[in-house]
Amino acid sequence: MACAVSTEASPSSSAPGRSFDLDAAWQLHPQVSVRPERFGALLYHFGTRRLSFLKSPQLLAVVGSLAEQRSARTACVSAGVAVAEMPAYQAALSTLAESAMICERST
Amino acid sequence: MTTTTPLPLVEQFQLGLDAPICLTWELTYACNLSCVHCLSSSGRRDPRELTTAECKAVIDELERMQVFYVNIGGGEPTVRPDFWELVDYATEHHVGVKFSTNGVKITPAVAQRLAASDYVDVQISLDGATAEVNDAVRGTGSYATALLAMQNLADAGFRGFKISVVMTRQNVAQLDQFKAIADRFDAQLRITRLRPSGRGADVWDELHPTAAQQRELYDWLVARGESVLTGDSFFHLSGFGDGAGDSLPGLNLCGAGRVVCLIDPVGDVYACPFAIHDNFLAGNVRSAGGFTGVWRESDLFADLRRPQTGGACTSCSAFDSCRGGCMAAKFFTGLPLDGPDPECVRGNAESALLQVAAGSAPKPSLDHSHRSRPVALTLTTRRAPVSDCNENPLAGFSPSAG
Amino acid sequence: MTETVAAIEPTEAAEVDELISQDLLVEEVSIDGMCGVY
Repeated sequence: MACAVSTEASPSSSAPGRSFDLDAAWQLHPQVSVRPERFGALLYHFGTRRLSFLKSPQLLAVVGSLAEQRSARTACVSAGVAVAEMPAYQAALSTLAESAMICERST
Repeated sequence: MTTTTPLPLVEQFQLGLDAPICLTWELTYACNLSCVHCLSSSGRRDPRELTTAECKAVIDELERMQVFYVNIGGGEPTVRPDFWELVDYATEHHVGVKFSTNGVKITPAVAQRLAASDYVDVQISLDGATAEVNDAVRGTGSYATALLAMQNLADAGFRGFKISVVMTRQNVAQLDQFKAIADRFDAQLRITRLRPSGRGADVWDELHPTAAQQRELYDWLVARGESVLTGDSFFHLSGFGDGAGDSLPGLNLCGAGRVVCLIDPVGDVYACPFAIHDNFLAGNVRSAGGFTGVWRESDLFADLRRPQTGGACTSCSAFDSCRGGCMAAKFFTGLPLDGPDPECVRGNAESALLQVAAGSAPKPSLDHSHRSRPVALTLTTRRAPVSDCNENPLAGFSPSAG
Repeated sequence: MTETVAAIEPTEAAEVDELISQDLLVEEVSIDGMCGVY
C-alpha cells in the first residue's frame, strides 16, 4: 500500500482545492496517527511532525474511508457529503494532500 | 443547504481535549548545571523519582491516549541511567520524543545514534550567542558544552535539531547572532519567554526584557521569525499587532491543562512546566487512575477548561489577541490571575505590580537547587549570603531602630 | 434519510467560497504552537 507521491509537503496552488483529483484513489499516509475528537479529529504525521485538525466528524469519516473507496469522490458521497458541500471537502482534502497527510494510492 | 460553521480552533482547544496533544515530562531534578533562572529549580535528584517501571507505565498510558509526542526535560534528563531505555520505549510505543538538554552527554557516538532515529528530536539550551552572555546565566563552560554538542549533531548529519533560547535583557540584542548559530549548524532556532518560575523568580527583575526590548522582540519575530519556533511563548505580545499579517505563530492561547501539561520527576502532574506550585497541581500518576485519571478528572483541569472570564482585562481592546497573558507569570509576580500580565504591552500591570509587597509573591513549592551554587559574577542577586553555610533568610537582617 | 440534490444558489456559492478560502474544515497547527511546553 505504497504512496504514489512524495511525502514532502508541496506549496499551495493558487486556486485552493481546484486541482485536487477527486476521482483518484487516495489513502491516509502510513505515518499518520488519527485521533478522533469531539469535534472531528487530530492528525499527526510522525515523519513531517505536522499536525492537522479536522473540524468535522464527517470529514473524519471521509478520510477514514479513503483507503477502501474507489475514489475520494465516492468516499465523500458515501459519508453523506451533499453536492453543495463538495467544493469545501475538495479544498479540505487538497490541504491534507499538500501536507502529506493523505496520498494517492498506487493500486 | 447551509453548513454549520465549526467553532474556531482556539475555542475548541480552550475547552480541553480527552488527551493532551503533547506534554512536558521532567524526568529528573538532577542536573549538572545550576542555571540562575531554572524554572524547575533543579540540581539535586529527588529520592522519590519515578522508577524505570513506573516511567514505562506512564508511556503505556500516553500510547493509549495517543499523545503524539513528549518533550522530555528536567533537570538534565540524560543523567538518568535509564534515559536511552525510556526514549527507545517511548518511540517503540508510538510516542514521539523531543528531549531538552544542555548538551553534556551529546558525544559523537550519541549524535550518530540520534541521527539514525526518525522519532527522536533534540533541543539544546543556549541563552547567549557568546560565552560571556550565556555563561553568566548557565555557568562557566556551559556555552562550550552546548556548542560542542551542536557540532557533534551537525557532524553526524542531524539536520533540524532545535536550539532553544530563553529571551533575557542581556540577549535580546543577540537575536540575529542566535539565528546565525542555528544556520551554521543547520539547526532550527527556538526562542521562548522567560517566566518568573522556579529560580526565575529570584532573577526576574534583572533578567526580564524591558518594555522597549519586548517591542524589539515582537518586531523581529514579525520580520525575521518565519522559520523560528516560539512554543507560542509570546502570545502576551500579541497586543502589539494590529492586523492578521502581524500575528505571531502559534495558537495564541494558554495550553495549560487544556492541550498540554507537565509530569514532574516524582509523578506530580501540573498544569504546565512554568507553574510548579501546589495551586497548579492536578494530581499524581501513582494514584489509582494514573495519568489518564488525572488528565480527565482532576478538579484543577476541569476549572481551567471552563470558559475563562478576562476579569479586569475584558474591556481592553487587546484582550482578544493577548487573552490576558500568562497565568504563571501573573501568579509568581503576585498579580491576580484575572488581571493583566506583568509584562502587559499596554503597561496595564505597572500600578498593580507596585502594590505587590516585597517578598509576598508565591514561592515555588519545591526547590531542588544544589546547596551551594556559583554566584553569577555579572548579575546581582537579591540577597548576598552572609556566609556560604548560613541558610537563614534573615541572616544579617536587623530591623531599623525606631 | 436521502439528501435531495439542490441547485446551488448564488448566496450559497458565496458561502461555499468563503468556506474554501477560510479552510474551515481543516486547520494546520504547529506541533510547537502550543504554549506550556519546553
